[in-house]
Amino acid sequence: MINKGEAYETLHMIENEHLDVRTITMGISLLDCIDSSAQKACERIYDKITKKAEKLVKTGEDIEKDFGIPIINKRVSVTPMALVAGASDADNYVMFAKTMDKAAKEVGVNFIGGFSALVQKGFAKGDKILIDSIPQALAETDIVCSSVNVGSTKAGINMDAVRLMGEVIKKSADLTKASDGFGCAKLVVFANAVEDNPFMAGAFHGVGEADCVINVGVSGPGVVKCALEKVKGADFGTVAETIKKTAFKVTRMGQLVAREASQRLGVPFGIVDLSLAPTPAVGDSVAYILEEMGLEKCGTHGTTAALALLNDAVKKGGVFASSSVGGLSGAFIPVSEDAGMISAASIGALSLEKLEAMTCVCSVGLDMIVIPGDTTASTISAIIADEAAIGMINNKTTAVRIIPAPGKKVGDVVEFGGLLGTGPVMKVSEFSSEEFIARGGRIPAPIHSLRN
Amino acid sequence: MKKAIVTVVGKDTVGIISSVSGVLSENNVNILDISQTILDGMFTMMMIVDVENIKVGFAQLSDVMSQLGAKIGVDIRIQLEEIFEAMHRI
Repeated sequence: MINKGEAYETLHMIENEHLDVRTITMGISLLDCIDSSAQKACERIYDKITKKAEKLVKTGEDIEKDFGIPIINKRVSVTPMALVAGASDADNYVMFAKTMDKAAKEVGVNFIGGFSALVQKGFAKGDKILIDSIPQALAETDIVCSSVNVGSTKAGINMDAVRLMGEVIKKSADLTKASDGFGCAKLVVFANAVEDNPFMAGAFHGVGEADCVINVGVSGPGVVKCALEKVKGADFGTVAETIKKTAFKVTRMGQLVAREASQRLGVPFGIVDLSLAPTPAVGDSVAYILEEMGLEKCGTHGTTAALALLNDAVKKGGVFASSSVGGLSGAFIPVSEDAGMISAASIGALSLEKLEAMTCVCSVGLDMIVIPGDTTASTISAIIADEAAIGMINNKTTAVRIIPAPGKKVGDVVEFGGLLGTGPVMKVSEFSSEEFIARGGRIPAPIHSLRN
Repeated sequence: MKKAIVTVVGKDTVGIISSVSGVLSENNVNILDISQTILDGMFTMMMIVDVENIKVGFAQLSDVMSQLGAKIGVDIRIQLEEIFEAMHRI
């Protein structure tokens, strides 16, 4: 039987340490909505999403009440739209994005992901049209998220796509100028993208997935931080053990929510993503965990080592707690969404270069970073190329979600509001990468891709 | 049997147990176990209850309990037992 100490520990985590389930994401395959008529395809897409996800939000809220655990987001991810729309006669896919937006609003979710293309090795017809449609699609919809996979360990890096994405990001920022380039906050450029990621903006429902699945993303930086406060000054073995134990508990809760949601919705359970996803709320920060380990400010020397330990311990603790772990699973380091990162970046402790190093050992990449509005497309492309190279060589997912905020310069601050937080504008190199990016073509896959 | 755990935390005052158990009984919730202490002047109580035959939906019961908490100045939560089992038992 549960004892009082355990009950209060759980309560304390929920009430004071921001323990929550970050998202229940329903993955829906749209492969059976393909039609040569774009109009018809859109109707089918709308019908399928609204039918499958009809009870998602209500079920999430019921589970929240029953277990007394906050479930912050309910979301939908769909098959990469380039695959679905590619079969149609349309030469612009904005109408597909609008259909996603409308369907997502109808079912009440707060984001829908999957306006995506996978072009790590080359462009199919639909991929090119989709990428060209991204800026307008993001500007004219509210809750549609877009992602493009430009590289992988197996395929190398599609440098034509990298070049294009630099331009797409610039254009997205320009079209959403009024909101400081908010469109870019809904766009992720990946290398080694995963097919079952429940987190936005990079979620899409991979083609290897079942027709409909439930994926759950847990969170809990605050819980880990509080646990570490209790082992002040202890050695790293103790630090790792403490994080593992905490991650285990947090993941068990995610597993329970995933199982319940799957049962109640009659949809198979996919994975639990064991990610430490911060929010701008004080006390819900990954940077503060790193600082708790003994760093004066996140971004100083030692940050990469601290993050490596954290990322690994989270996985080790969580993996035993769930029947199926997937997605990105690790620690996220989105700058604008993390109170500690915001503070570190504002005072110059955390630079873009250090963040790049951190992405070698965290679970994703350069995330929610605001850069000056006059940054050139080729510089953005070069940032993407660097990230993709890290992902490709290290067999890991990397991503770039970067916002060249129009009219803003280093020292300014951009307010996105809500979970997306506040971004201090960070410095990029003033030296050009123009000719490097202009080359195009493909960076070949590394030798260790030949594993067969 | 469907077990849930009621936790009550707040400033100690007269009649907390009485009003909590009163509302539980009105809703046909059977109390299986109660443990209660005063920690640093804070009243803390944990009840294990059976909600198999409750009169209203669980969500509604949860609202009723938190409203009662607001009325008598303590924090009351009711949660299905599985959340604690999941977190603390393998």
